[in-house]
Amino acid sequence: MKNLSSSSKKARADYFTYAGVTIAFIVITLLRNAGSLNRSQQGLLVPICCYIVMAVSLNLTVGILGELSLGHAGFMSVGAFSGITAAMSLANIIPSTALRLAIAMVVGAVCAAIVGFLVGIPVLRLRGDYLAIVTLAFGEILKELITCLIVGYDSNGLHVIFNVNGSKTASDLNLLEGGRIIIKGAQGATGTQTIASFTAGFILIMITLLIVQNLVRSRTGRAIMAIRDNRIAAESVGINITKYKMIAFVTSAALAGAAGALFGLNYSNLTAAKFDFNTSILVLVFVVLGGLGNIWGSIIATVVLYILPEALRGFATYRMLIYAIVLILVMLTTNSPQMKLLLQKLLPKRKEEEING
Amino acid sequence: MAKKFEKGKMVPVPSTAIIPERDIDKTPILECRHLGIDFGGLRAVDDFNLIIGRTEIAGLIGPNGAGKTTVFNLLTKVYQPTRGTILLDGFDTAGKSTEQINQMGIARTFQNIRLFNNLTVEENVKVGLHNQEPYSALTGVLRLPKYWRQEKASHERALELLSIFNMQDLANTPAGSLPYGAQRRLEIVRALATNPSLLLLDEPAAGMNPSETAELMENIVKIRDTFQIAIMLIEHDMRLVMGICEGICVLNFGRVIAKGTAEEIQANPTVIEAYLGKKKEG
Repeated sequence: MKNLSSSSKKARADYFTYAGVTIAFIVITLLRNAGSLNRSQQGLLVPICCYIVMAVSLNLTVGILGELSLGHAGFMSVGAFSGITAAMSLANIIPSTALRLAIAMVVGAVCAAIVGFLVGIPVLRLRGDYLAIVTLAFGEILKELITCLIVGYDSNGLHVIFNVNGSKTASDLNLLEGGRIIIKGAQGATGTQTIASFTAGFILIMITLLIVQNLVRSRTGRAIMAIRDNRIAAESVGINITKYKMIAFVTSAALAGAAGALFGLNYSNLTAAKFDFNTSILVLVFVVLGGLGNIWGSIIATVVLYILPEALRGFATYRMLIYAIVLILVMLTTNSPQMKLLLQKLLPKRKEEEING
Repeated sequence: MAKKFEKGKMVPVPSTAIIPERDIDKTPILECRHLGIDFGGLRAVDDFNLIIGRTEIAGLIGPNGAGKTTVFNLLTKVYQPTRGTILLDGFDTAGKSTEQINQMGIARTFQNIRLFNNLTVEENVKVGLHNQEPYSALTGVLRLPKYWRQEKASHERALELLSIFNMQDLANTPAGSLPYGAQRRLEIVRALATNPSLLLLDEPAAGMNPSETAELMENIVKIRDTFQIAIMLIEHDMRLVMGICEGICVLNFGRVIAKGTAEEIQANPTVIEAYLGKKKEG
C-alpha cells in the first residue's frame, strides 16, 4: 500500500491541476457573463491561454528533457501562420468557426511538429549551451523565412510565393477575382477573421496538460527524465537517446504550434516579428519562474507575469522597471531556503507528506 | 537472442541450481579476441583475450590506470575498439551502440555512481525495465488498457527486484538522497532489471565497510545463482575478488599479465611484481 501511495500522490497532483484550471475557467466565464470584465481584460484571456500552453510545452523541453531551447517562439509562428492559412482558406467550405478553429490548431500543430522534427535532427546532436544557441538561431531563421512568405487563396486553391529577394509583391500571386491575400510577407497576416475563443483556449490547455502529464507519468517520460538525469546511464540501460529526445522535442513543438494557431486567429493583423527572440525568452521566464519540470508552476507563473505588466499600466513610465524588480524579487524569494522553510511551516500538510514520502 | 529466463519467471529467491565450477567449455557468454584501443598514441588496452562462462563470476584486477574500466567501456561500446572482436553469446558486437549492447544482454554499473537522481528508487528500476515492459508513447498518453497492464507489471517487477537487497521500503525515496551503499546497490538492481546475461560491476565494494562488503559478496553470489547469469567485476578489495571470483584476469598497462584461479594469481610472481614492484637483488 505504501508503495502505491507515491504514484497515486503524483496522479492526485495531476488531477488537482485539471481541477484548478477547470475552476478558473468556470469562474472567469461567470465573471465575463456577469459583465465584470472590461474589454482590455477580456482581450487578455486568449493570449494567456496561448502562453500557458507555450510555457507548459516549453517545460517539456527545458524541465523534463533538460535541454535549454531558446527558439520556442519559432514553432509558435509556424503554427500561427499555417493555422491562419488553414482557417482562411477553409472559410468558404466550412462555415462553422469552432470546427475551423479546431482544424487550424491541428494544422498548426502538425506543421510545427514537422518543422520541429527537421530542426531536431541537427539540434539534438548537440548538448547544453551549444544546443541553446542553435535553437536560438533556428528560431530567428523561422521568423525570417515566414517574413518572406506571400500566401493567397482563390477558387483554384492556395498560391504561395517565396519572396526571398524582396522583389515580389502580393499582386504576383495572380489571384482570381474573389480571391484573398492571407499573408503579405513582412506585413504578415492581415484581415484575418478572429475566430479564436476563450473556450477553445481552455480546451487546448486541458489537452496540453493531458498530453504532457500523461507522457511524464509513462515509460516514455521516465526515459526522457532518465536522459536528463544521466545520459550515459540511460544509454547503458538500453534507452535510445535520439528517439526519446526527439519525442520530447517534437511534442513540445507541436503543442507550441497549436498555441500559435490559436494566438494567430485572435488578431486580425499579425506579423512574424511578433515571434522574435524576446517572445522565446518571455516564455522561458515563465517556465523558470514556475519551476523547471513543474507544470502547475508554469501555469501560475504565466498568468501572474502576463497580467502584471497590464496591471501596472497605472505606473506608466515605470511599468517595466517595476515588472523587472518584481521578477527579481520573486526569483530570489522562491529560491531562498528560508522561504521554503516558511512555506513548509505554513503548509503543515505538505510537510507531513514529505516526511512520509 | 535467446535469454535464459522468460519474462516474469526470474524470481529473486535463492535457487538450488548446481553451478558448475568452470563452465567455459560450453559455449561461453563472452569472448574477447585481441581486443585493443588506442587513445592517440597511447595503447590503453592491447591484445585483450578473455572467455567468460555462462554462470561464471570473473574478476578483473590490476593497479590504478591499468585499463580495467576501459575494458568495460569497450565491452559496452562506450568506446569503439580499435582492434579485435567481442563475441556475446556467439554474436559479433561490431558496430553496435551502447544501447543495443544492453539489449543484447550486457548490463553494467559505474565506478562513479550514475543514478537518475531526481527519480525515485522505483522509477530508477522501472527505467531499467524500459525494454522489458514496452508500450508506445501514444499508448502512454492515451492511457490505453495496455498502459495500465504494463505499468502494473513493471511496478511489481521493480519491487521484486528491489527485494534482492531489501530495498522495497525505499521505493519512493529519491535516488539522489539515498546513502552511498544503497546507491551502489540500486545501480546493481537497475542493471539487473534490463534482464542481462552478463553483468559488469565496476568497483561494487568501493566505499563500503568490511561488513557491507561481506554482505555484498553474498549478494553477488546470490544474484548469479538466482538469475543464472555471468558476472564480471572490477574490484580493488582482494578479499572480495579472491573470495568469490572463479576466474581472475590481471591487467597492467593495458595488457593481460596473468589469468587463472585465485590461488594461481596469488602465487604468480608477475602479479606480485605489478602490485608491489620488483624485489631488489642482494
